[in-house]
Amino acid sequence: MVVDSVAAVKSAKSYVAAPRRGPVTRILENEGWFAFFLLLPTAVLLGLFMAYPFIEGVLLALSDAKVGVPGNFVGLQNFAVLLNDSIFRIAVWNTVLYTAVTTVFKLALGLWLALLLNRHFRGKAVTRAFVLLPFIIPTVLSTFAWKWMFDPTFSVINWTLFHLGIIRTRINWLSDPGLALVSVIIVNIWRGVPFYAISLLAGLQTINPELAEAAAIDGARPWQRFRYITWPLLLPVTMVVVLFSVIQTFADFQLVYVLTGGGPANATQLFATYAYQIGVGTGLLGQGAAISLAMFPVLLVVVVVQLLYIRRVEIH
Amino acid sequence: MIEGARWRRWIFFNLPLTLFVIGLLFPFYWMVVTTVRPDAELYRPWMAPNYTPFWTLHPTLDHIRYLLDETLFSRWMLNTFFISVLATAISLFCGLLAGYALSRLKFPFAGSLGTGIFITYLVPQTLLFIPLADVIRNFRLGDTPWALILTYPTFLIPFCTWLLMGYFKAIPRELEECARIDGATRWQAMVYIVFPVAVPGILSAGIFAFTLSWNEFIYALVFLSSPEQKTVSVGITSELVRGDVFYWGSLMAGALLGSVPVALIYSFFVEYYVAGITGSVKG
Repeated sequence: MVVDSVAAVKSAKSYVAAPRRGPVTRILENEGWFAFFLLLPTAVLLGLFMAYPFIEGVLLALSDAKVGVPGNFVGLQNFAVLLNDSIFRIAVWNTVLYTAVTTVFKLALGLWLALLLNRHFRGKAVTRAFVLLPFIIPTVLSTFAWKWMFDPTFSVINWTLFHLGIIRTRINWLSDPGLALVSVIIVNIWRGVPFYAISLLAGLQTINPELAEAAAIDGARPWQRFRYITWPLLLPVTMVVVLFSVIQTFADFQLVYVLTGGGPANATQLFATYAYQIGVGTGLLGQGAAISLAMFPVLLVVVVVQLLYIRRVEIH
Repeated sequence: MIEGARWRRWIFFNLPLTLFVIGLLFPFYWMVVTTVRPDAELYRPWMAPNYTPFWTLHPTLDHIRYLLDETLFSRWMLNTFFISVLATAISLFCGLLAGYALSRLKFPFAGSLGTGIFITYLVPQTLLFIPLADVIRNFRLGDTPWALILTYPTFLIPFCTWLLMGYFKAIPRELEECARIDGATRWQAMVYIVFPVAVPGILSAGIFAFTLSWNEFIYALVFLSSPEQKTVSVGITSELVRGDVFYWGSLMAGALLGSVPVALIYSFFVEYYVAGITGSVKG
């Protein structure tokens, strides 16, 4: 009783102290103004370094600006040039292929790895931690390790394949136009699988194991349990992960820049690497900005699909 | 659990998992071996009979010594660290405030602003790097660390905001209302009541933002030009590759040492990383 009354007196004091508030506090007590001030720093930074560059980018893409030359308004000329640019067409095709193939493999392998990691075994936490490493370590740095592994003369991959009896002569991984894109795709899959696996594993862990057990008792085979229970319940997470990864892959730059620089003979040229080559390498800012912006419609479609999907899931 | 005979467990579980682990980790092992391998062994063709790929009998620290003495590597590390820490701090500050406003306050256009943040979250760096380089030049920030410290938040803030919104939504409103009844201002209730409860989320967002900054490449490549301003990734790419000559030993040493800070943080906060990844795709 005594303790209670002491506490009451203490809090009563703070009640008295509270109403003395300055003008700033009074404005901040208004919910709308409070929200405004909280969002202000974000709005300033994103406005200056995202919205403004975006407008600037559209204007650049409509001009013939070069490095050091402001350039004039030329309308859609840059885009018209792109339509007839055979390298641009190669870059578009490569980007689509690169995104589609890597996404399929990353999803399949990532799901497989997630299912393996979802079991109970000794050293599970450590294994999970190590498996995520390719995703955590800076991409450029790990890609250099791959570049060294792909070196035709000193390649450990060639050595291994040779001694397994799979190949007879050396393989020029990065300098063969047909193989270069395959090599780039392999590295992208290697880097992306952990992200898929860990995200999907988190999704798997929310699925009640009793569902699968009940199905097992009813005589469902492992494949049926996966097909009719795990997969439908995992679908929402899978969708979001895939859409995220598609955006990242579609706009990828660093991996190709380090491995091949877009070569040989533009065989691995993507949107971003070509934009860099034209915009920064050659200094044709307008043309480069146009190539970058050409990605925008595709990205927009993916984002809209994602938003619609998330909204649909939220409603259900 | 895989039911049935022991061999089934081997075929369907142990074998594939082992292959996955080896495949995912081998490039890192390769980095380590290359770092300590002397040049004489390094440039021995794989066709040569005495090619020993998986180990070396004469480990050397020459490549690391070259990297530290003959290049600006330690400078690049410091630059990257400085830039990553500041960019993360700015992004966490902005993300905390914005995330709180968007998840817990009622005001006009709250919903569409939340959607807007989500869309900016999905904008890849490669979409804007050319006009952004122009903007950086106009603001006279070119070739300074501030070019990166101020532009990294464009992809870090949306990420932090999105991640923290998830954490804030899970905190019961009653907690805040109690503080408000006791006389706390809105600001106090936010800073002293809600933020402390969201500490795990803040930690997740922070270490993830730090890693993303350390990882960033194209902005650093385009906005910085003098060797002593570069970050680790760009420095290694441009200074250890001269024309067609690759200094492979030092390159791998640089890649290895350049990964250490991120790997260290990662090893201490694995759970927060996992929470960050899963939170970033859920929302």
